[in-house]
Amino acid sequence: MLSRRDILQASAAAAVLLGSGMRVGAAAATQKINQADLLRFQPVGQVTLLHFTDIHAQLVPLYFREPSVNIGVGEALGLPPHLVGKYLLDQYGIKAGTPEAHALAYPDFVQLAKDYGRLGGVAHMATLIKAIRAERPNNTLLLDGGDTWQGSYTSLATKGADMVKVMEALGVDAMTAHWEFTYGAERVKELAEGMKIPFLCGNVKDNSFGDAVFDAIKMFERGGVKIAVIGQAFPYTPIANPRYMIPDWSFGIEEEKVQEHVEAARAQGAELVVLLSHNGFDVDRKLAARVKGIDVILTGHTHDAIPAPVKVGNTLLIAPGSHGKFLARLDLQVKDKRVTDYRFRLIPVFSDAIAPDPAMAKLVDEVRAPHRAVLDKVYGRADSLLYRRGNFNGTFDDLICQAMIAEREAEIALSPGFRWGATLLPGQDITGDILYSQTAITYPNVYRNQMTGEFLKTVLEDVADNLFNPDPYYQQGGDMVRVGGLAYTIDIAKPIGQRISNMTLLRTGQPIDPAKSYAVAGWASINEGTEGPPIYDLVGKYIATQKTVKIPENRSVKVVGADQRGIAG
Amino acid sequence: MTASSQSLNRRGLSRRQAVAALGLGSVVVTLVPLSAEATPESAKKMLGDLVKAAPKAGKVQIKTQEIAENGNTVPVTISVESPMTDKDYVKEIHVVSDKNPQPGVASFMLTPANGKAEVQFRMRMAETQNVIAVAVMSDGSAWTAAREVKVTIGGCGG
Repeated sequence: MLSRRDILQASAAAAVLLGSGMRVGAAAATQKINQADLLRFQPVGQVTLLHFTDIHAQLVPLYFREPSVNIGVGEALGLPPHLVGKYLLDQYGIKAGTPEAHALAYPDFVQLAKDYGRLGGVAHMATLIKAIRAERPNNTLLLDGGDTWQGSYTSLATKGADMVKVMEALGVDAMTAHWEFTYGAERVKELAEGMKIPFLCGNVKDNSFGDAVFDAIKMFERGGVKIAVIGQAFPYTPIANPRYMIPDWSFGIEEEKVQEHVEAARAQGAELVVLLSHNGFDVDRKLAARVKGIDVILTGHTHDAIPAPVKVGNTLLIAPGSHGKFLARLDLQVKDKRVTDYRFRLIPVFSDAIAPDPAMAKLVDEVRAPHRAVLDKVYGRADSLLYRRGNFNGTFDDLICQAMIAEREAEIALSPGFRWGATLLPGQDITGDILYSQTAITYPNVYRNQMTGEFLKTVLEDVADNLFNPDPYYQQGGDMVRVGGLAYTIDIAKPIGQRISNMTLLRTGQPIDPAKSYAVAGWASINEGTEGPPIYDLVGKYIATQKTVKIPENRSVKVVGADQRGIAG
Repeated sequence: MTASSQSLNRRGLSRRQAVAALGLGSVVVTLVPLSAEATPESAKKMLGDLVKAAPKAGKVQIKTQEIAENGNTVPVTISVESPMTDKDYVKEIHVVSDKNPQPGVASFMLTPANGKAEVQFRMRMAETQNVIAVAVMSDGSAWTAAREVKVTIGGCGG
C-alpha cells in the first residue's frame, strides 16, 4: 500500500511543503520542519563530533515510539533518561505537540506520527552528514556506537554485510559493538578485519591469557586537535547473548582498563579523549564519575534520546536515541587539552523534511532489492498501535506472546525485553520488513519447556534485578522479560527475591503454584541447541491467520514502588 | 534469555573446584577444610578463626567481574598495598565467600620475596554473593575488602 506519506517521502523536501489535498493538520505540521532548520547550527571550536548508535540495521525511515515506562533507580532516580512523557519535555522546556516533542516522547504518538511522518533512514541521515561535513570539512568525525549490524531481514540474510557496506558509504570513522557479536566470533573477525571502519572494543579480551582481541584506541586529527577515540563494547555480551557464539572472549566494564586506555591516549598526545561506548547510559554516568580524563562519552545501548548533554564532572555524556531517529552533533572548542566551550544539538531525522541523498538511496535500494519478496510480504494489518520499547510489555510483545501461546500450545509465554523494533500505526500493514525489525536474531528458535512456578519466579526476579539493581554496574540486560498468559506485581524498590508477587495464571485466574509445572514457550534462549521454529516464521504464521491484529494496552503487570517520573508522565 | 531449565545448572550445588593460583615463588595455596553451607555468619566465623586481629577496611583491592560471565570459573585478582620489604610485608591473604557450599576459598602465604602482594585465581560461584579478602601484615595488623559478584541466568540483552 502506498500512502500519501510514502509518496511524500519519495519526493524531495521541496515537494513536502504544500501537497494539495493534504490534511490541514499534517500540512501545517510539516511546514514546521524543513531541512535547513534541522541543519541550523552556529559552529563552535575546532571539532564537530557526529554520533548515532543502535541503528539496528534500519535502512529506511520508520516510526519508533519512545517509552512510556523507563523507571530510574538508585542514583539515576528522577534523572534523564528516566523521565518520560511530560516529565522529559518539562525538564528540557519542550512544548508538547511540537516536532521535537514527538521525536523525544510518546504522548499523542499516533496523531503526531501522522502529522510529522517517519524518522530515520540512512539516505536521509546521509544528507545531513554530507551537509555538515561540507560546512566543517576538516573538523568532523562520524562515530557509530554499535548495534548496527543486527535488526533487519537484510542484515540477518547477509550476516551484517549489508550494514558494513552502508556504513562505509556513510563514511563512519569508527565503531564499537554489541549485537554484532551475535553473528559469532569468526564472522565478527571477518567483517571487522575486512572493512575500512576501525572496530574498537577496548574491553574484549581472550579469556585464557587476557590478550586484547580488537584495537582499543584510534587517533584522529580534526581542526588541528589530536583526538583519541576509545571503543567500549557492551560489557555483558556473553551473559545477555549466547556465550557459545563467542566462547573464547571475555568482556566486562573493566573500569581500570578504561582508565589505562585514557592514560595511553593522553601519552600519545591526545588533546581530546572520546569514549565511544555501548555500556548503557546509567553505567556510563557512574563510570564518568570514576574514570578520570574522559572529555566526552558517546553513550549507547539503552536507546535513550536526551536533548542536551549530561555533564558529570568535566565529562559530557551524549545519548542520541536509536534506529536512526537522531543524529547528534557536538561542537567542541579544545584548548590546552581541555574542552573550553561546546554546543550541542540532537537533530531529529524527520524523513519527510529531508531530501534523501541520491547515492545512499541507490545503495539502500540495491541492498534491499534481492530481498523484496520477504520485505514486502504482507502478513496482516495492525488495527491498533503496535510497539515494543519500554520497561514492560509493549503491544508488539503481547502479539508475539499470543502467537507463541497459540502456535506452541503453551500456557505461558516469555519474550525477551529487547529495546529494538519498529512501531506500527493503526491501519498499517504488517510486512516482512516490520516483522523482522522485531525478531531478526541469529538464535530465533521458539522452545516449549515445562517450568515450575518456582523457576518462573526465579526467572522474573533475576531479570528484574538485571534492570532495577540500584547499582548500574550490576544491570546486565535489556528491559524486563515480557510475559504472556501470566500476571504479576513488581515492587521496583525491593531487593532481588522480593520484587515479584501475585503471580497469576491468566487462563485460570489461579495463583501460580511454585511446585506445579507449566508449559512455557519462549524465544531467544541463550542455550545452545534450543529447538523449535524460528520466531519470525511462527509470528508471521499467526498474524496471517488473524489477518487484523488489535492489541489493548497490557494490564497484567502491576508496578509499585517506582518513581512516577519514569511512568507515563 | 529467556530461560530454559538448563540455565539452572549454574545454580546446582556441586563441590567447589580447587582454586588455581598464579602465585610467584613461594606462594602456598591451602584449601580450607569442608564446613557447613556458607552464610555471612559462617564466613565471618571462618575469618575470625584464621585472623586474630580485627580487620580494618582498606589496603586490599578485589578485582573481578561485577556479573560473572561463567559462574563455574570467575577470575579474581586480589592485591594489597605493601612495600613487601623485610620490615613491612603481607604475610597472609585469606579469601572467603558467603554463599557457596563452604565459605573457604583460599589462603595464600607470602614472603617479601614475592615482591608484590597480588594473587590471581579462578573460583566457582554457585550464586550471587560477596567475596571477602583479608590481608595479614607482618606487624600483625589486618585489612579487608569485600566485593559482590552477581551470578545471573542471563539473556534478554537489550
